This record gives sequence, structure tokens and C-alpha cells, in this order.
Amino acid sequence: MPAKDSPLATATETTPVATSSTAGPELVQLLTPEGERVSHPDYDIDLTDEEYRGFYRDLVLTRRIDVEATALQRQGELGIWAALLGQEAAQVGSGRALRPQDFAFPTYREHGVAWVRGVDPLRLLGLFRGVDNGGWDPIATRFQLYTIVIGSQTLHATGYAMGINKDGAVGDAETGEATIAYFGDGASSQGDVNEAFVWASVYNAPIVFFCQNNQWGISTPTANQTRIPLYQRARGFGFPGVRVDGNDVLASYAVTRKALDDARTGQGPTLVEAFTYRMGAHTTSDDPTRYRLASELEAWKLKDPLERMKAFLYKQQIVDNTFFESVEADADELAARIRKGCLEMPDPDPLSMFDSVYAEQTPLLAQEREEFGRYLAGFQGAHA
Amino acid sequence: MPQLTMAKALNEGLRKAMEDDPKVVLMGEDIGKLGGVFRVTDGLQKDFGEDRVFDTPLAESGIVGTAIGLAIRGYRPVCEIQFDGFVFPAYDQIVSQLAKMHARSKGTLKMPVVVRIPFGGGIGAVEHHSESPEAYFAHTAGLKVVSCSNPVDAYFMIQQAIKSDDPIIFFEPKRRYWEKAEVDTSMTPDSLWGARVVRPGTDVTLLAYGPMVKTCMDAATAAEEDGRSLEVVDLRSMSPLDYATVFESVRRTKRLVVVHEAPSFVGLGTEIAARVSEELYYEMEAPVLRVTGFDTPYPPSRIEEEYLPDLDRVLHVVDRSLAY
Repeated sequence: MPAKDSPLATATETTPVATSSTAGPELVQLLTPEGERVSHPDYDIDLTDEEYRGFYRDLVLTRRIDVEATALQRQGELGIWAALLGQEAAQVGSGRALRPQDFAFPTYREHGVAWVRGVDPLRLLGLFRGVDNGGWDPIATRFQLYTIVIGSQTLHATGYAMGINKDGAVGDAETGEATIAYFGDGASSQGDVNEAFVWASVYNAPIVFFCQNNQWGISTPTANQTRIPLYQRARGFGFPGVRVDGNDVLASYAVTRKALDDARTGQGPTLVEAFTYRMGAHTTSDDPTRYRLASELEAWKLKDPLERMKAFLYKQQIVDNTFFESVEADADELAARIRKGCLEMPDPDPLSMFDSVYAEQTPLLAQEREEFGRYLAGFQGAHA
Repeated sequence: MPQLTMAKALNEGLRKAMEDDPKVVLMGEDIGKLGGVFRVTDGLQKDFGEDRVFDTPLAESGIVGTAIGLAIRGYRPVCEIQFDGFVFPAYDQIVSQLAKMHARSKGTLKMPVVVRIPFGGGIGAVEHHSESPEAYFAHTAGLKVVSCSNPVDAYFMIQQAIKSDDPIIFFEPKRRYWEKAEVDTSMTPDSLWGARVVRPGTDVTLLAYGPMVKTCMDAATAAEEDGRSLEVVDLRSMSPLDYATVFESVRRTKRLVVVHEAPSFVGLGTEIAARVSEELYYEMEAPVLRVTGFDTPYPPSRIEEEYLPDLDRVLHVVDRSLAY
């Protein structure tokens, strides 16, 4: 089924802008970089003081998880880490927009969404330490395992959303279900992402495509991926696209909330482009000084997602120093727990590699497991 | 008992699987109103509706990728890839995602996905329509790979594949789609994973699967006139591979010839030869020999009969085996 009249009309009215390298007038923003609360005709939200504080707390804790994990990698405790520094607002905002019944399909950098979804950060570290490929329960958390091959998960999310339609679980604004597929500006060039757009569109799947345009795919700038702003691609596929200030947690929340609610009430997919910046390296193995200017980084520092929320809270006078101190204390405690848990994380039993390859074990794997087990046992008691 | 073609037997098997489990859905290109280019899904959309039998956009990666999502949601998707040579756009989703999902989730995410692929040559088709890509998938941990050789197996194996909680690549020998047999739908089928001795013999074991089983049966019939007793084993499952049945046969005949349409280099025959040599080194009277397609791209159809193993080439290699 093609997209409904209203979203398509919205997309059609969109005026193309010249480049994707600057935030144009079409950028949805509810909180300026200076922490001023501004309104928007389509995405106004009403939040309680408690919710505002909750957003800030999640931003701080997410950043602390990231900083601690980066430090652990530098100290040799993780093989690699994909930092989210700078993208906290896009992730916390969109993650908090999910209702409990919604299902998220992340890339390998969605640590902030994982945090909001209730996934223990230690499970994320397990993947990057190399003890497993993601130790959380994707069904219980409704947060799929990380996907490393970029873009693949957008098709999984679309298929899941098609299943929601088949189950008749769309329509109700409260209980209807939706999915969200995370990906980046680099993945937007993948065939799978474009196929996911086609599928979602023709099956009117309840899905939000959430693209964090952090401007860089390792060393490849967004200009190498697209000639038009990414959100405008949605129009060609027959569903609405919107660009949001990805460093504005409130706008990220509001835009995603509406897109998800549109999906769950049967209005089909939306592409959200969260315009943000990867403040750190692609991963701890990367060196961005080889390919980008320090001045660009400096300009984005002024748009920091935490600082603007902090400024807003001060200006609103809905917090005091005790609040900030308690958030910092929570962050310190979380970091200490992560560090301790990481250092204590045991290596898996070598024989576990044979388990769970299949739902029904094969004779070949059973034999290899048995023979390798005997081989390993032969070393027991031998001199080191 | 009804006489069914293999295509019809598959159709009946799919129908039964859909009746047995409402979570079974069929997806692929042109499988709805048209019934698929080989008519394997003929009439199923009419009877089960467009929600359960649906035509997809023309993109194979999308077919398998969305099937994975449907499986996470609790469905049991059966994907049709229209022709063997069209599976490669889906190769990444099959090998990197479908095959690994169960292991990487430590068993939390079951992937009961069947990917049906009409395969092999012999129908005079243009390029990319006659290939035998089974080794790529048999090489991949996490997948299971099977092929039916006759209507009875077609009827039961497709149902067994759909019931399996593991992802299965289901190869259908397209040139045998129109061959008929009586199908007793009330019988108890053999295990999906077991090889089967389809013709007992004493002198040489011929091992084949899919389209080459009939070729080997014809060869065994011809050899009988020369006083040679050839045993034919239908492998049925390429992964897992039923070595026990293979070893048991070769222990008796002491000679093994593996026959497949796919090229020889690093094919199923390579793996089987290595295992049999390791297990039966002191009992063999001849090395394991292979009759296969050549290590070329599949040729234009006017010369495909020269490329494909046939009765004469099989018997030629049987002679070589017996000459040791």
C-alpha cells in the first residue's frame, strides 16, 4: 500500500536544499545549542520536570559508559570500542521515544539506545572484549543484537515490522507496535538499506528508519554518499522524511515519538535523519586527524548535546547543584561497576564455540567438539 | 495413490505445511497469482491469501533479509529464489546474517527459514539459470543444505525443512520438476538428514543428490547388462552429511564414485573423498573418483549436455574405478 496522503504531501512540499553539510532551515530543533527552549509547529512536546531531568541523566550516564569503555580499550581490556561521543542526544532521545512493545534494531554504536532499553552495558563490553557476540536477550529487551555489517539490520527490522502487520498489531495509538532501524550516513549507500525502504513502503510497514548522520563513515564524508540531504531520499520511496537536530535530545525524542506513533497507527514508515557529529574516532583503531580538520571538531563542540541540556536545566531552574552532584555520583558508580565487571569477565569455555551453531546439533559438530575436548584434556596436568 | 510430478509434490507439501502451522508464510518473486515460474506455488495464494503467500519486490537480499525479521517475529518464512544464479544478491544475508543468528544469540533467536532454490542445468536456459551453487552453502556453518531427487522426497522433505528450527537451503532439481511418481502421503518419511541406498549393488557405490540420482540410476541399469552391480546412494542432505550410510556402503563395495553437476574443485565430492579416504583408507580397492561439471562457468545451453555428467561419463569413470 502506498503511503497515506498526508505524509506524502508533507514530503512533496519539502524544498530541496543545496548541500547536506550544513543544517538548513528544515532542521527540527526544540533546544538551541545555547539551551534555549524553542517551539516547533509540528513537534511540540510537553514534558515534566522529572522527564527533563531523566533525559539529562541518561545523556550523562551514556557518555560515561562510552568514556569508560574507551579507557578500558586503551588499557587493553577491550579489543576495540566504537565510541558514540557526540551522538548521545540522538540515541537517548530516540531510545526514550520507544514504547515498551517496540523493537529496536541497532548498529554497533547504539550504546545510548541500549542503555535506555535496559541492556546492561557490560553485555555491550562483552562483544568488544571478545567473549561473545552480544550477550543480552534480544527478545526480552526488545533490542536486537548489534549488527556489524552496515545496513543489514534495516531489512531485519522491516521484516519484523511486516510481521507486526500480519499479526494485526497496528492501529491502536497505545498498544500498536512499531520497529526502529538504526543506521548511519555510510550505510545509506548500501543496497540493503534501499531495499528496506522499498519493502517498508510497499508493505506499509510500521517502521522508523533512524539515520544518525554523523558526517563520517570512517574517513568517508557524507558528500561521498549523497548529493541531496539524506532525509529527502524518503520522498522517492513514497514516505516522509524529516531532519532533526541530532544533538538536541528533546527534538530527537519528539520527532521519533511522532514517527513511531504514525507507524503504530498504520501510517507506514518514516525516515528520520538525525543531524549530528561523530566527535571521536570511528573506533579506537581509527585516527581521524588524518582526514578531517580540527576546526570542524571545534565548531561541533559548541553544539554539545549535554552542555545544552545542562544550560536548559539551569535556566529553567528545575535543578540545583545537588541534582548534578547526584548524577555525577551515579555516573561514577556506573563506571566503577563497568570497570570491575569488565576485568572480572571470564573468557568463554573453548568448547562453547560448538554450541548453539544449530538448534539441532549436527553429528559433525558433535564429533569435533568431542575430539577437541579430548585433545584439550590431554594438556591437563602437563608441565607449563 | 496419486501420481504427482515433483513440482506438484512440492506444491502439496507446501500446502500441508501451511495447513499444519499458521506461522508458515511463502514469499518470493511471482509466486502469487502466477504460482512461480515453475508453478511450485500454484494456487496457494488463492487458498491461503495474500498475507501468507506474497509476491515480493524483485530484490533477493530483501527477500532473505526480511525473512530473518519475520523469523524473529515468530514466523516460519519459506523464500523462493527464482533461479540458482539469482541467489547471490542474497548471499550476504544468508551467510552473514541467517546462518549466524542462532549462534551469535546463543540460541535465543531461532531461524526457521527455508530458502528454496531451483538448481542445476539441462533445460536449455540462458546463463545464470542452470547453476549448482550448493557447495557455497554447505561450506557455511549454521546452514543446512538438502536436495530432493524424486516426488516422494519432495513432498516430505519440504515439510520437514519447514518444521526445522534451523535455516535450510532447499535445492530443487529443476529438470526433474516434471518427473512423476506415486506419492503415498500417509507413509512415515525417513529423517531429513539421512542418506538412502536407492539401489543396492556390490561392485561400486555411486553417490549423488538431486538431479544426478536419476542419472546414476540409469547408469546402474545400463551397467547391469554388462554384469556390473552398481549401488546408488542418494545423499539427500549435503549438510549435515550422513557419513554413516556412505561409509557403510563403501565398506561393502570398496569403490566410490561421486557424481554432481557442480564443478569438481572444492565441491561436495572433494569433501566426501577426503572423509572416505580418512575413514576407509585400508579397505578401499580404488581411490574415490568424481564425475562432475567442468571447472568452467556454466556453458551456453547448446553444449550443456557435454558439460553435464551423463550415463556414459558415469560409466566411463566406473570403468576407471574398477580398473584399479
